[in-house]
Amino acid sequence: MSPHFDKATLVDAVLELIRKTSTQLPRDVIAAMEKGIANEEEGSPAKSVLSFMLKNAIEAETNSTPICQDTGTNIYFITIPVGVSMRMVEDAIIEATKLATKKTYLRPNSVDPVTGVNTGDNTGIMAPFIHFEEGDRPELKIDLALKGGGCENVSDQYKLPDTRLKAGRNLEGVYKCIVDAIHNAQGLGCAPGVVGIGIGGDRASGMIQAKKQLFRKLTDINPNPELAELESKLYTDLNTLGIGPMGFGGNTTVLSVKIGTVHRLPASFFVSISYMCWADRRHSMVMDEKGVRYD
Amino acid sequence: MIELNLPVTEAQIRDLNVGDEVSLNGIMVTGRDTAHTWMIDEKPDEVRELLKGSVLYHCGPVVKHENDEWSFVAAGPTTSIREEPYQGDIIKEYGIRGVMGKGGMGGKTLQALTDHGAVYLHAVGGAATILAQSVKKVHGVIKLEEFGVPEAMWIIEVEGFKAVVTMDSKGHSLHAKIKENSEAVAKKLIGIN
Repeated sequence: MSPHFDKATLVDAVLELIRKTSTQLPRDVIAAMEKGIANEEEGSPAKSVLSFMLKNAIEAETNSTPICQDTGTNIYFITIPVGVSMRMVEDAIIEATKLATKKTYLRPNSVDPVTGVNTGDNTGIMAPFIHFEEGDRPELKIDLALKGGGCENVSDQYKLPDTRLKAGRNLEGVYKCIVDAIHNAQGLGCAPGVVGIGIGGDRASGMIQAKKQLFRKLTDINPNPELAELESKLYTDLNTLGIGPMGFGGNTTVLSVKIGTVHRLPASFFVSISYMCWADRRHSMVMDEKGVRYD
Repeated sequence: MIELNLPVTEAQIRDLNVGDEVSLNGIMVTGRDTAHTWMIDEKPDEVRELLKGSVLYHCGPVVKHENDEWSFVAAGPTTSIREEPYQGDIIKEYGIRGVMGKGGMGGKTLQALTDHGAVYLHAVGGAATILAQSVKKVHGVIKLEEFGVPEAMWIIEVEGFKAVVTMDSKGHSLHAKIKENSEAVAKKLIGIN
């Protein structure tokens, strides 16, 4: 039997999810930042910048104010139980988004590309971005990420083979693309970043897979041993680039690398790179007939 | 830590070097993409007195409006390089002594910093809550209706606003140096020359 969710309750629950996501840095991200601080030299700009970032995260959580003023693209991945209306869930999210903007958990961030007019409430065409999948359990799971524009602007997509990088259609070629992209990003995506990778797919599905990787816990190890090895090698090597926090130099350029795959066409081999800033804002909620739980 | 009380003199700015940490006090103005094209296209006079000797901050804040007063809730820097085509000309036109944002800027801006006596100040990206706490008062806002909250020009009074000089008026850029070093490492890892 499918569960019944009341729309008003769902609006309140999503509003709280938005508040948490905008104002609370996830615990695993804090741990990765602390590891970064330990790896930087005493008295270095890298160490002081990382410490300032963490101090800001603590202040934001205490005061319930946004960690970053760019509250970004609001990306929802939703697992919906059989029999619950997607339109009802979407309507509830839109209503919660408008409320969250009024309460200053979100900055008005949705601009019409033709007229230049800001809708003022974070809604618009495909805004927020909502992706639905149907699940087996009698519960509604909502994952939310707030992804700022600075880090989205340094995200990239490569097509293999790539002559300039001498990169072929294999994992070595994938590795080269990612090193190139993180070098190109410098500090502009608010390093240290979390790097989500989608190998394969088309230009859209590859990038969606890359974005989905950003929802994995940073401590999560890839079940595919080859990809686990590549993630670990990239984490180590990218941190030798010397870009450091905000591009000030240092040993902490990325916090984590996460890789997923999509079956590709014989003709296409895309490497999609979704760069997430250090303010890696993502949280999730699960709603069932007993109530709401947050991660 | 070097205290800078806005507006500053050209001599004070010419003394600064890459790596200097500064603390800003006084009145400055925010401006990002739309504000820059506006200043280039229309050369508005209403911002002239505000910008002279002061800092233009690349920031689109989260603001609160209560009891007829505005306040800053979250106000970290935005990526500055988008303003590269306009920044040098704006520094010259308005006599700005500091441009503040994140990520650094390119050659044209670096040249303008040298020619006109200004610096690029880097604030910590994403540290929006703490930086907003240094904004003590919002004195006004320009083009709010037309540009929207993030793009409007907010006139703010700051106290102890922390930033680092990453491009000075002597032709030095921390960003150019870091990029050069990381390029050498990247090429080695990729296996290209």
